[in-house]
Amino acid sequence: MPIHPYIPNSEPETKREMLREIGVRNVEELFAVIPERVQFKKSLNLPEPVSENQLRKRVEAILSKNKTSSEILSFLGAGCWPHYVPAACDEINSRSEFLTAYTGDVYSDLGRFQALFEFQSMIGELVGLDAVTFPTYDWATAAGDAVRMAAIVTRRCEVLVPRTISSDRLSVIRGFCEPLSKINYDRNSGQLDLEDMRKKLSSDTAAIYVENPTYLGFIETQLEEIGEIAHKNGSLLIVGVEPLSLGVLTPPGEIGADIVCGEGQPLGLHMSFGGALSGFLACRDEVRFLEATGHRLITLTKTQREDEMGFAYVLPERSMFSSREKSASITGTGTALWAITAATYLALLGPKGIQELAEVIMQKAHYAMRRMAKLKGVRVPLFASTHFEEFTVNFDGMGKTVREVNKALLKRGIQGGKDISKEFPELGNTALYCVTEVHSMEDIDSLIEALVEIASQ
Amino acid sequence: MNDSARYHAALWNEPLIYQLGRTGRRGLTVPKAEKKIRSNVGDVLSHIPSQIRRKEPPKLPEISEPEVIRHYIRLSQETYGVDSGISLGVGTCTMKYSPKVNESLVKSNKLTDAHPLQDESTVQGILEIMFRLGEFLCEISGMDEFSLQPRAGAHAVLTNARIIKAYHKSKGESEQRNEIITTVLSHPCNGAAPAVAGFKVITLYPDEETGVPDVEALKAVVSQHTAGLMFTFPYDTGVFDPNIDTYFKIIHEAGGLVAIDQANANGVLARLRVGDVGADLCQFNLHKTFSTPHASSGPGSAPIGVKKHLVKFLPVPTVEFDGKKYSLNYDHPQSIGKVASFYGVIPNVVRAYAWILSMGAKGLEETSEVAIINNNYLIKKLLKIRGVTLPWVKSHPRRLQEARFSLEKMKHDTGIGIDEVNCRIVDYGIQKCFTSHEPWIIPEPFTPEPTESTPKEDIDKFVEVFKRISDEAYLNPEILKNAPHNCSIAKIDSTPSRDPKQWALTWRAYLKKHQTGEEE
Repeated sequence: MPIHPYIPNSEPETKREMLREIGVRNVEELFAVIPERVQFKKSLNLPEPVSENQLRKRVEAILSKNKTSSEILSFLGAGCWPHYVPAACDEINSRSEFLTAYTGDVYSDLGRFQALFEFQSMIGELVGLDAVTFPTYDWATAAGDAVRMAAIVTRRCEVLVPRTISSDRLSVIRGFCEPLSKINYDRNSGQLDLEDMRKKLSSDTAAIYVENPTYLGFIETQLEEIGEIAHKNGSLLIVGVEPLSLGVLTPPGEIGADIVCGEGQPLGLHMSFGGALSGFLACRDEVRFLEATGHRLITLTKTQREDEMGFAYVLPERSMFSSREKSASITGTGTALWAITAATYLALLGPKGIQELAEVIMQKAHYAMRRMAKLKGVRVPLFASTHFEEFTVNFDGMGKTVREVNKALLKRGIQGGKDISKEFPELGNTALYCVTEVHSMEDIDSLIEALVEIASQ
Repeated sequence: MNDSARYHAALWNEPLIYQLGRTGRRGLTVPKAEKKIRSNVGDVLSHIPSQIRRKEPPKLPEISEPEVIRHYIRLSQETYGVDSGISLGVGTCTMKYSPKVNESLVKSNKLTDAHPLQDESTVQGILEIMFRLGEFLCEISGMDEFSLQPRAGAHAVLTNARIIKAYHKSKGESEQRNEIITTVLSHPCNGAAPAVAGFKVITLYPDEETGVPDVEALKAVVSQHTAGLMFTFPYDTGVFDPNIDTYFKIIHEAGGLVAIDQANANGVLARLRVGDVGADLCQFNLHKTFSTPHASSGPGSAPIGVKKHLVKFLPVPTVEFDGKKYSLNYDHPQSIGKVASFYGVIPNVVRAYAWILSMGAKGLEETSEVAIINNNYLIKKLLKIRGVTLPWVKSHPRRLQEARFSLEKMKHDTGIGIDEVNCRIVDYGIQKCFTSHEPWIIPEPFTPEPTESTPKEDIDKFVEVFKRISDEAYLNPEILKNAPHNCSIAKIDSTPSRDPKQWALTWRAYLKKHQTGEEE
């Protein structure tokens, strides 16, 4: 083995010196703790190692097979949304101290604690709740944690979810909590069918989980009423949110939500093939709620020096680190670097910025909807409700499947919306489109032109 | 030593971002929608029914970009990463170096701008890397197929618990097989995750003499209720458990499955493949063994590997290759479904793939070789320090990637234990030591892990500082009781940790509870 640049002690003299100090002749004497019968004695069948410049060439060559924003105009959202990422966000999350720290205490990692407390604080403001946990993997798993919390707080087991939920998110939540029942939606407005909800509520219902905006893009307006019905039944209200919409939508915590979860990716994180998600979780600042979450919680505190802030973990014995199988949930490595990024993003954006951004997103999405609605054979949106950045587009009138439309769009350098025909068979050939601040009017217009062409074929 | 004694961490006394800036300032301009769009759509906000329309803007900081940057740069300077200095005390975490070239690769807009639902023909590059990493991990572990979907170690263990459940369900035995056996020296997720998946958890303790669970103890708890055995291998104690294949046999004969948590795989890399030994499921933590950065505590990434008989239960989609094209396959009717959105922490998938390319088979051999040399060298030197002992040293003098020591003697002699030592070691510019998950079956534990990235000089320096702290404990314990002295902050008041009236998890909660009249 040549001396490896990542392994300082691969230099043979260093190794010999260390083996001498240990008192063995060679490393095999150390590996002798592994019985012969279970040792792997062959050489792993892997490519020959490459140097840094070869590595860069090789990986870049593979990645270059991807077609991304400069070559493709995309209208995909559905859980991972295209938003502008300020350079400052990339700068902060590339800081090697944040990038390579892990679990140090507040004395070595004060900055990490403070940045995460600031993240908790800003999410608390967005959602209108006083307690926010360490960030977890993504919206779906945060929703899973939320339903488990609700089950513990209420000592009940069942959860009601809207039929408009994405099948992927539903699948993830099922891994955390069973049984689940789905609440129907009004076919005209998409709004939750409260009659159906009342029918499905029982003394076993731990929580009603709703989303705003919904997976299908429209705004659910009945949150307050849903919360009242839930609470009258001794159940909790959990709301899943897309955070930028909270620039213009009421904080769920102010209208009855007991737990709020959502996706942090829109807050300064690149899409990275769905690989840079971050779930946030907020709840009422009550002992019974905090005891029901296994995630770390950072509180502000003082230090022995005058006028100096410190940070500490709240009720540390709750987590699996202390109570193993008695803990309510799994925790551990979450998405702290993305939370630090989200804090940076929200600080840059500020109270005005987030309102303006939410408005611009709506203006562009509404422009796209209005223009598409005029196309022959296209119905946009399927629901008579206000939409945020995503909306349903139905191609039944065109006599084409979403797959066919998307194929034809792709030939024109456009990636159409997500095909949800299988997820929602009752909606026919329907796609979920997403338009945000990153789309220019020309982008939207070129989508319209392409659809006109495709419709006429 | 003089260098260490003069260390002082950055001390900015940096205010909260809420206390910075000024009303009206901003850090980002939002470009307006085109005029034509605005006139076309009119007042879109008026479409939001009033009961759901936000009345007051969220109380976010009002601050300019230079102030935001300075603030978070200062906070980063008050954070201690692997790149900052000696983190070898943080065992079980495998704090190895994260190569910079891999950071630059994941910044490519060919990756950052890719949407997960794009047409497969437009994302062949990233699918290829995912597929190939899966193949590499199969080769390294001896398993048959991997899923990259789990986000971190505990998530992988939960996913494996769910697969074990699905397997027994497919045999009509899920009601009967409702017990998972684990060991107390396994990482706590091996207890918590099966419990979340609905299993009863049985925990085995190590034998006092040998430091590993007794085979008879395992036999005593195995029954027709056994769904599987889930444990961390190798252990944080660095003790090689010589019974491993016997356990596997006992579990298999009882009709259970074996899932190995390989968070500590660095100690056996290229030396033992759990798949060859008979494990049915396993996981790797890419943020440990495969060098992806720990990212202040995530995102990590923990792919799971399974043997052929369990492939059909893996999360969907799987990545496949027909010789020409890479694709995502959702057609697995017996799959446990999804465990998180989309396909995994893709930037870490790329980093780990690049790391393996830069190592090759020989590099992986060198990794475990140097890791084990570093660790045994550290053991030799640490055991010369007063107050430091190594449980089971007689039966297991040699350890793999790490070892769990005890300061019980020091505590007995001086009243100083690991918590005080950890508050002091940071005064010398060295990251604190990992103690142990609870329960502390080893009293006053600490668990260093000098991975292959640690130069000998760093190990020597760590030992020198530890020796100095031991001297302080025996001669001048007061300095330890009030530590730290050279950090970004002084000793914290931890009473709010347990007092609902005092704790404040957000700035808004702090203002409500403490009403200090601070400016907003």
